[in-house]
Amino acid sequence: MTTLLLAAHDGASIKDATLKALTAALAFGDDIHVLVAGDGVAGAATEAAKLKGVGRVLTAETPALGHGLAEPLAALIVALAPAYSAVLAPSTSTFKNALPRAAALLDVMQISDITAVLAPDTFERPTYAGNALLTVRSADPIRLITVRTASFRATPAEDRAPAPIETVAVPADPGLSTFVGDAFSTADRPELTSARVVVSGGRALGSEEQFKAVLLPLADRLGAAVGASRAAVDAGYAPNDWQVGQTGKAVSPDLYVAVGISGAIQHLAGMKDAKVIVAINKDAEAPIFQVADYGLVGDLFELVPELTKALG
Amino acid sequence: MKILVPVKRVVDYNVNIRVKADGSGVDLANVKMSMNPFDEIAVEEALRLREAGVATEVVAVSIGPKESQETVRTALAMGADRGIVLEADGIIEPLAVAKLLKAIVAEEAPGLVILGKQAIDDDSNQTGQMLAALLGWPQGTFASKLVLGDGGIEVTREVDGGLQTVRLALPAIITADLRLNEPRYASLPNIMKAKKKPIDLRSASQYGVDLTPRLTVLKTAEPPVRPAGRRLASVAELVDRLKTEAGVL
Ligand SMILES: Cc1cc2nc3c(=O)[nH]c(=O)nc-3n(C[C@H](O)[C@H](O)[C@H](O)COP(=O)(O)OP(=O)(O)OC[C@H]3O[C@@H](n4cnc5c(N)ncnc54)[C@H](O)[C@@H]3O)c2cc1C
Repeated sequence: MTTLLLAAHDGASIKDATLKALTAALAFGDDIHVLVAGDGVAGAATEAAKLKGVGRVLTAETPALGHGLAEPLAALIVALAPAYSAVLAPSTSTFKNALPRAAALLDVMQISDITAVLAPDTFERPTYAGNALLTVRSADPIRLITVRTASFRATPAEDRAPAPIETVAVPADPGLSTFVGDAFSTADRPELTSARVVVSGGRALGSEEQFKAVLLPLADRLGAAVGASRAAVDAGYAPNDWQVGQTGKAVSPDLYVAVGISGAIQHLAGMKDAKVIVAINKDAEAPIFQVADYGLVGDLFELVPELTKALG
Repeated sequence: MKILVPVKRVVDYNVNIRVKADGSGVDLANVKMSMNPFDEIAVEEALRLREAGVATEVVAVSIGPKESQETVRTALAMGADRGIVLEADGIIEPLAVAKLLKAIVAEEAPGLVILGKQAIDDDSNQTGQMLAALLGWPQGTFASKLVLGDGGIEVTREVDGGLQTVRLALPAIITADLRLNEPRYASLPNIMKAKKKPIDLRSASQYGVDLTPRLTVLKTAEPPVRPAGRRLASVAELVDRLKTEAGVL
């Protein structure tokens, strides 16, 4: 039996999310093949070939795959899946989009966002914003799984003889969708889901200008990624891809600093796996303090600049 | 063009759910139930397309216990034209829901199906993608903006790095993300009007879809509780503790 791991990558290299999903894949105890699908993936494939437990790397390249379009990517997964007992992917937006499509075409139930592999057919996954953890056993012949990367440590690359890399045939693009464009934040910061430190801001920041003026210096000082609550994103203080929570990104940094965030269950769902949580909030009763290791009660507009200075 | 909007009855997002002590599931007795918030956004988007003259009819459909009629009634009160409920008890997984929706699509022939991107109870984030697969239609998931043009639709999607825009042929499947719109509240007159709108109650079993779950839930557990932390008196103390006690600086 073999496990297929779908790699998140940027063409040149493998993303940290893949190294975390690899940890879940290794728990199956089977040989692992890695699929690197995209458009210009040589660098990423070379890296994938050196990962622990990987016996083969498959590459598939077309422009549509380069944009991660769901229809051709799902068609590719469907073509490859029957040779495997499990197909795992990190819970990135690309795979959350494509993998359920492949699952339905294979007539299997995807297991979303697993937090633990208990047996090759038995997994733990969160429901109700992480307030109920289910242990589920799959009856399907192939297990299609997305991995909640915040729940797994990365398995670093090894000094090993590289696994063979082979090109696989790409099924004809169903031609249902075309890429128009993207608007990616180009900030020179660590990625939210892999950063060691995350500084997040809430509604209390009051405006996009203040969000930036108050939080970015602190984030810079800490070498941190920046996150936000839904309220801050909805209000336009922060871009959508900064949202942390049940319906945004799940993060598990060493240090999470929540600034002017009340701590709604939907927000906690995305950050309560952080090793150390600091909360800064003027309301001593805010629920965020129930999960914070360290709390400062007071006005963020005074405390955050003071903290930034104290770290300098 | 007709728009089909599937809506799910879920525990209200404000409720702090409790796991049953024997690990057999989540205690749903006397808990407030509402329409899945993402589905409200889907209904709103469909209504806006009808109001803009692009769509002619909005049909809400729910799959679940009999009480799902209340959820469909909420969609009607928001402005949907009519409703369908496929009654089914127990856990109906996304794959089975998608198969039932495929049957409804065959009957209704909509040009668009707009769903919520995920239900806030099981957090699966699968149904829209699965329905698209079974129909062989394109999918625009996690949508934050829709622009309908001739013969196609441009969908701006919330993705990990920011936003991606794709163009889909019609008919298509859309799943709504939080920023697509702000759903309206049903006004009192519309709530009254909704009482007269038709809801077609059927049994899910009539579609010959195997509803047996593929995943067996062996156990439901509470997440580990984080030990309570402490309030600190000053920024200086915080920095000191982060350095010495927590060792994260
Ligand atoms: C379907 C759905 C999905 C959701 N998904 C998410 C999600 O993924 N992520 C998420 O975050 N939320 C999510 N939410 C929203 C969530 O329920 C909360 O509404 C949101 O997290 C609140 O954001 P906030 O804490 O910034 O705002 P608020 O709750 O308004 O809190 C602001 C806080 O700032 C404090 N404050 C105000 N002024 C100051 C000051 N000067 N100094 C210090 N503190 C100050 C206040 O005391 C308060 O605690 C979702 C909701 C729904 C319905």
